[in-house]
Amino acid sequence: MSAGTPRVGVVTFPGSLDDRDALRAVALMGGDGVPLWHGDRDLRGVDAVILPGGFSYGDYLRTGALARFAPIMEEVRAFAGRGGPVVGICNGFQILCEAGLLSGALIRNRQLRFVCRFVDVRVETSLSTLTEGLVPGEVLRIPVKHGEGQFVARPDELARIEAEALVTFRYCGPGGELDDEHNVNGSAGWIAGIRSPQGNVVGLMPHPEHAVDPDVGPTGGQPLFASLLTYALARV
Amino acid sequence: MKVDQPLHQSLGLTDEELDGIRATLGRDPNRIELAMYAAMWSEHCSYKSSKVHLRTLPTEGPQVLVGPGQDAGAVDIGNGLAAVFKMESHSHPSAVEPYQGAATGVGGIVRDIVSMGARPMALLDPLRFGPLTEERNRLLFAGVVAGIGGYGNCIGVPTVGGEIQFAEPHSANPTVNVMCVGVAPADRLVTAAPDVPEGSMLLLIGAATGRDGIGGVSVLASRTIEEDAAVSRPSVQIGDPFAGKLLIETCLELVEGGLLLGLQDLGGAGLTCAASESAARAGMGAELDLDAVPLREAGLEAFEILTSESQERMLAVVDPARLDEVHGVCSKWGLSSAVVGWLVDGGRLIVRMGGAVVADVPARSLADDGPAYERPMEPPRGRHEILEDDPTFAIVDSDPREAFLAVLSSPNVASKQWAFEQYDQLVQGATVARPGSDAAVIRVEGTLRALALSCDGSGRFGHLDPYLGAAHAVAEASRNVAVMGATPLAITNCLNFGNPERPEVMWQFAESIRGMADACRSFGTPVTGGNVSFYNESGGSAIWPTPIIGMLGLIEDYRLLVRPGFPGPGFLVYLVGETFPELGGSEFAEVVLGTVSGHPPALDLAREASLHRMLVEGARGDLLASAHDCSEGGLAVALAESALAGDTGFAVSLPGDEPWYVALFSESASRAVVSVAPENGEALESLASAHHLPLSRLGETGGPGMVVDSLLEITVEEARSAHESAIPKLLAG
Repeated sequence: MSAGTPRVGVVTFPGSLDDRDALRAVALMGGDGVPLWHGDRDLRGVDAVILPGGFSYGDYLRTGALARFAPIMEEVRAFAGRGGPVVGICNGFQILCEAGLLSGALIRNRQLRFVCRFVDVRVETSLSTLTEGLVPGEVLRIPVKHGEGQFVARPDELARIEAEALVTFRYCGPGGELDDEHNVNGSAGWIAGIRSPQGNVVGLMPHPEHAVDPDVGPTGGQPLFASLLTYALARV
Repeated sequence: MKVDQPLHQSLGLTDEELDGIRATLGRDPNRIELAMYAAMWSEHCSYKSSKVHLRTLPTEGPQVLVGPGQDAGAVDIGNGLAAVFKMESHSHPSAVEPYQGAATGVGGIVRDIVSMGARPMALLDPLRFGPLTEERNRLLFAGVVAGIGGYGNCIGVPTVGGEIQFAEPHSANPTVNVMCVGVAPADRLVTAAPDVPEGSMLLLIGAATGRDGIGGVSVLASRTIEEDAAVSRPSVQIGDPFAGKLLIETCLELVEGGLLLGLQDLGGAGLTCAASESAARAGMGAELDLDAVPLREAGLEAFEILTSESQERMLAVVDPARLDEVHGVCSKWGLSSAVVGWLVDGGRLIVRMGGAVVADVPARSLADDGPAYERPMEPPRGRHEILEDDPTFAIVDSDPREAFLAVLSSPNVASKQWAFEQYDQLVQGATVARPGSDAAVIRVEGTLRALALSCDGSGRFGHLDPYLGAAHAVAEASRNVAVMGATPLAITNCLNFGNPERPEVMWQFAESIRGMADACRSFGTPVTGGNVSFYNESGGSAIWPTPIIGMLGLIEDYRLLVRPGFPGPGFLVYLVGETFPELGGSEFAEVVLGTVSGHPPALDLAREASLHRMLVEGARGDLLASAHDCSEGGLAVALAESALAGDTGFAVSLPGDEPWYVALFSESASRAVVSVAPENGEALESLASAHHLPLSRLGETGGPGMVVDSLLEITVEEARSAHESAIPKLLAG
C-alpha cells in the first residue's frame, strides 16, 4: 500500500455475493480493498465503506432487515455520522434503507421477476460520494440484477427526496429519456439510487462493480469508483 | 403399496436382488438394511441398467485429471489449475414442484463441485418442456426458471447458459438438467484418498436432517407414524440457498486450510450413500451413530435418518487432531457440525441407534457391488416408416419471407432472454460471454485463460435416429465452443430416457451411447462423468431420447475470443462447410411443413473435427471478425442471429444450386457462418483449404436489412422483434 492510496472496506455479511467483486473493482480502479466482517466492531481504519450486493441472511425476511443488526453496522452508522463515505450496492442499498441511513424502501420488481440486464442510468447530481466530478445528465451503462429493486416511499417522503435533490441516479433510455419502457423495475420516479442530505451516503440498485473491467463488458461503473476513490482520498 | 406385496418389492428391489443381499449378508436383511440397499441399488444411485453401456465410453486423455466415478470430473486447464464439472438431472421433482425441483437441482450439483474442493464458477441449465401453447407447460417453464434463479442467484454462482427446447413428448415429463463448473488448483483436488487412517471422523456439516425426500422408502414408515399427518407431507426436497451459500464458503475454507481428508455431498440416498462411499473409497468400513445426527424434528426412524435427502448437508472426513479447527470454521459461518461416525478397519458399515446395532453390512456392497443388467433391446416399431417419410422431397410452396419469420420466431429458435434475464449472469465478475452466445465464456482469475461452456442435446434428430442424434449433440457442443475460439477438451453428460425395462428405450439408450462414444473419440473429448435419468415417461409414452452434452472448451487468451455478431458494415460473409439436401428432422420441416420425420443430416466426424481445428486456428490468428454455429434453423437462422447479435444487416447470395428452402433451412452438419475484414478474405480461403473444408463467399455485411438474393428482404429490427417477442407472447397466453 502506498501512502495516499485510499483504503475502501467491503463488508461481508453471511449471504453477501458481490463482496469479492467490489474488492476487485476497488483494486482495478487504484484503491486498496479491505475485507470487513459483519461480526466485527472494527472498520480497520478504512477511508470508505461499501456494503455489497447479495442476499444477506438469505433475505428470507425483508431484504436487509437482519443485516442492519450486524455488529459492524453500529460502526458503519458512526462512520457515516462523521461524514465518512458509505456506498450500498443492491442488497447494500436495501440494508442502508432498513438501517434508516437512507430514505424509502425497495420492494419486489413491478414484473415480479428477478431481472439481470445492462441498463442505462442517468446521473442526477454531482453532490454525492459516487458522482463528484460527474455532470448531471450523463448516462452510464451499468447492469442491474435484483428481484426486489422497485424503489418506493410515502408520497410526502418522495416529495422531500425530490425537493432536496437526493435522487442520485434514475433509470433511463440510451439518450437519458425517462419512459416506461426503461423503468426496469417500476421504481417511483425512475429512482435507481439516492443519497443522504450530506451526500456521503449513497445507495443504488445497479452494480457499478460489474462495469469497470472492459474485458468483461461495458464500463459505466468506472467514473463512480473514480469519484469514490477521490472522495475517500480527501480523508486520507 | 399393495397389501400382499413383499416388503422388498414395494421398496423396488427384485427377488433376485433380495437373494443377492442375502448371499452378501449370509442372512435375511432387517428392515433398515433393506431400506439402505433399496436406496443404493436404485436405478438413480446404482446405474444398474446403464453401466454396462457407460463402460464403452472413452474416458481417458492427457487432459483428464479425474474421470467418471467421483462426484465430478476434472480436466487440466494449464497454469496448475483444474476445471471440475458435472451435470445432473432434476426432472422428476421438477415435474411435481417446478420451483423447488429446479432449485434443489442447482443446490445438488453445486455441492458436487464443492466436494471436489473447487469453487463453483458457472451454472448452465439445459431444459426441455412441452409446447408453451399449453398452460401447464407455461407454468412448469416459468416455475423451473424461477427456481433456477431463486437458488443460483442467492449463492453467488452465475448462471451463464443452457439451451431451452420445446417438444410435445416433454409435456408430461419436462427435462430439467443442470451443469456446474468450478476451478481449483490441480494439486488441491479432494479425491478418494486410499491412505485415510482408521479412526478418522465422519463429520456431518450443514442443515439438520428431516423427512424430506424420503420418497421411495417411505412405505417403511411404522404404523404409528403413518397414522400421523406428518407422513402425508410432500416428499420433494425444499432448498435453502442461504444455507447452500454458507456451505460453499465453509467447505472451501476447510479445503483451503488443508483441514479435510475427504468431502462428500449428501444427495440421493443421503447419509447411506455418503457414508458407504466415503468408507468404500478409503478401502475401509465405518461406524455411524444415528443418535448424533442433528434432526429437524424428534422421532425420525433409523431408515429415515439413513435415507433422508434433506438438502444443504456435506459429510467430511476429518483427522481427530484437526476436529476443533474444523468445528471453528463451521461455527464462523454459522453452520452446525456433528461427528456422526468414524472410519474403521474391516470394511463393514455398522449403524447404531439407541445403543443397539440397527444395521451391519459391507460398505462396498452398497457403494460398488450393486446389480448390473444387460437389458433386452429392440428398435421401435414404425421406425423405418418415419425415416423414409423424408421432408427433403416434399413439395414446398411456402413464401420465403414467411418461412424465414416462422422459423426465427419458433420457440426452439427464438430468443430465450425472458429466461436468461432471471439469472444472475455476472456475479464473480468473470463472465466474458453471456447467455445467448454460442458458448458462455468464463475467464479464469489470475490468467488469460477462459473456459467456453456449451450444453447441447438431441431433440428431433435423436427421436429419428438416436445414434446420429447423440453424435450431433457432441458435434454441436464442440462446434459451439470452437466458434468462440476454444479447443474442445472434454464432456460431461446427462442422459434422459424413458423406462429402461422397455426394449425400445434400452435400444435408444445403447444407440445414443454408441453415437456419443464415436463422436467423442473423433474429437478427442473424453467423457469425465455424468448422470443417467431413466423413467421419464408416463402412460407408456416416453420423452424423446435426450442425451445432453456439457462441453468444456479452453481458450488460452480470452482477448482473442470470437463472438457471433457481425462487427459492422463492410465485412465479407462466408459459409464454412457444405449444405446438402437434408431437411429431415429440421426446424423448417416441423414449423413450416408440419412434420418431424426423415433422416437426420449425415455427420462426417473427421470433417467436423477439421472444422473445429480451423475455427480455433482462425481465432488464434485473430483472423475471424465473427463466427457462429450453423445448425438449428440452418443458414437462415445463423445469418439472422449474426446480424441480430451485431445489429448489422447483410446482403448475400445463396451458394450452390439447391432450392432456396434447402439452401436456407437444411441443417447439414459441420458448418459455420463467419465474417472477416476484406483484406483477410484470401487468408480465410487458404485456412479453409489447408483444413480441406469447403468455403463459400456469401456476400457482405452492412445496411439495415437482411437481404438474400431477390428472395427475401427484412429489416434487422423486424427480425429482432420476431425473435425476441415470441416467447413472451406465448407466455402471455
